Amino acid sequence: MKHNLQFDFITDKAKNTLTIRREFLADQQLVWDCYTKSELLNQWFAPKPLTTKTKSMDFREGGHWHYAMIDPNGTEYWGLTEYLKIEPIDFYTALDAFTNAEREINKDLPRAEWLVTFSEKDGNALVETVVTYKSLADLETVIQMGMEQGMISTLEKLDELLLTIKK
Amino acid sequence: MNSMRRDIFQAIADPTRRAIIALVAVHAMTPSALAEHFDTTRQGISKHLKILTECQLVKQEHQGREIYYQLEIDKMKEIDNWLEQFRKIWETRFQQLDDLLLTIKKK
Repeated sequence: MKHNLQFDFITDKAKNTLTIRREFLADQQLVWDCYTKSELLNQWFAPKPLTTKTKSMDFREGGHWHYAMIDPNGTEYWGLTEYLKIEPIDFYTALDAFTNAEREINKDLPRAEWLVTFSEKDGNALVETVVTYKSLADLETVIQMGMEQGMISTLEKLDELLLTIKK
Repeated sequence: MNSMRRDIFQAIADPTRRAIIALVAVHAMTPSALAEHFDTTRQGISKHLKILTECQLVKQEHQGREIYYQLEIDKMKEIDNWLEQFRKIWETRFQQLDDLLLTIKKK
């Protein structure tokens, strides 16, 4: 069954923000759980072919999620989400960071602020994520990291493969 | 190549340079004509144009004694291509969440 779920991806190069809106075929509570419980985040957060592993999760204001995205070769890329404000099941704000396995923040890499808002839309859940970077150069660095972690190149390869198959 | 890409993003991070890009996108302009749109000196504009030229976001065209600046459309597209890559990451991530939601609901 094919659904036309809303998906907006808007970059504001003047404000250095990324606004991502996505609709899900589930109620708000369930989608909130998928975003805020580590056992559920582990099952979707890292884009294929990477997988997610949680080292520690303490979902409360001032708490954090420390996790790794693992590529097929077993290389671990560590990330941290520090929760600032939480209003279940409507929104949370957080600061992200690149870290190591010991949760030490890599100060050379950019940090961004996240505002994730959940709402109801015709019985479905709508999630709006606004990521604010300090500069466009920071956003570029994050995209570059995605390349290095094999998230993007693999997707490109998949696109190429699909194109070949269709021909 | 990486440092070059980084420069492009830094180049367009400046509000004056973004305004210059917007102006030369409409039609080619000389530095003096551009300066009329800003509160900065001609030298200030020239400095911005130098950075934009180095990043190949604008190109020079000599017409008689005047130098006109115009937009390098391909370079601007390159930036959008980068953002498009980022969009794909999110698409994949959300498809995985769709699958997970479906699995949970079936239980």
